[in-house]
Amino acid sequence: MDIQTYLFYIAAIAALIVSFTKNKQKSLTALKKAWKSFENILPQILGVILLISFLLAIVNTEVISQLIGKDSGWLGVLLAGLVGAITLIPPYVAFPTASLLLDIGAGYMQIGAFVSTLMMVGIVTIPVEMKFFGKKLTLFRNLFAFLFSFLVAFIIRLVVSP
Amino acid sequence: MEKLFSFIKKYRFFLFNLTALGILTIFKPEIGIKSASISVYQVTQMLLIIPPVFLLLGLLDVWVPRETMVKYMGEKSGIKGMFLAFILGSFAAGPLYGAFPVASVFMKKGVKFTNLMIFIGAWSTTKIPMLMFEMRYLGMKFTLTRLAIDIPGIILIAFALNQILSKKEIEMIYEQAETSNT
Repeated sequence: MDIQTYLFYIAAIAALIVSFTKNKQKSLTALKKAWKSFENILPQILGVILLISFLLAIVNTEVISQLIGKDSGWLGVLLAGLVGAITLIPPYVAFPTASLLLDIGAGYMQIGAFVSTLMMVGIVTIPVEMKFFGKKLTLFRNLFAFLFSFLVAFIIRLVVSP
Repeated sequence: MEKLFSFIKKYRFFLFNLTALGILTIFKPEIGIKSASISVYQVTQMLLIIPPVFLLLGLLDVWVPRETMVKYMGEKSGIKGMFLAFILGSFAAGPLYGAFPVASVFMKKGVKFTNLMIFIGAWSTTKIPMLMFEMRYLGMKFTLTRLAIDIPGIILIAFALNQILSKKEIEMIYEQAETSNT
């Protein structure tokens, strides 16, 4: 666990204690609501995690770095963007992986697209998102974020590439 | 019995994947075991990070009155509301799917649609602990460049979404948040 997680625990527990000293009934309602929100997304998330873990288990970093290499151009960007859009990788795995991919030959523009879609687009979590935002908003949000990632990739190449 | 059925219905996607993974493990034990160990890791990470976020969400729902949220992030909140949406999203914890239940409570409390989308955008791209990781592995230049494009990008996307959805469609999403059981 990182520091931020600890801080969140401290904040949440402190807030809960204050809440209980002020109003027990309200605090119990808050707990119930917290649990309901969690339970609401849990089934989907567990399914998504299994799917993603399978994808992560079969990917081969060497092959990927070739597909999205420096000379792979916009096709490589598209590919990297798609991989980022589909997968859901926590940052402590994603960034070391991206760095490794750069080391073994991936291009900055392609990694830029990968990082950007990884953060903004979530194809496997679309069913979860639709539950809250409905079909149209979910699809357009993901589409816009996907397209925007190409701009991110392009500018990163301009600025960062050696 | 009925409970079992509703459990199966709710968890069908998970159960299906679990079964598929089980069958895969019989034929390709290596991939199956690797998938399982990654899953266990991801689930424990989720269970570590998510509880305080949802706890704070529950407390916010109960204690912060709608008027307060409307005042700071509602229709007339202007630049201040956008800024606040950015800050709240950037200080969040956990993956993007954790942002949706929060967004749902925000809708109930009358947060403006563009601010809601800015919050989602910030949660996905400008989270501070994530930036630390990014800088460490991909360098300062990469991270700052991305940030410089993403911040205006998030606002742009928020306004574009606001344009593309009709008033009525947005209202319907808000109404749904109102009636959802969160």
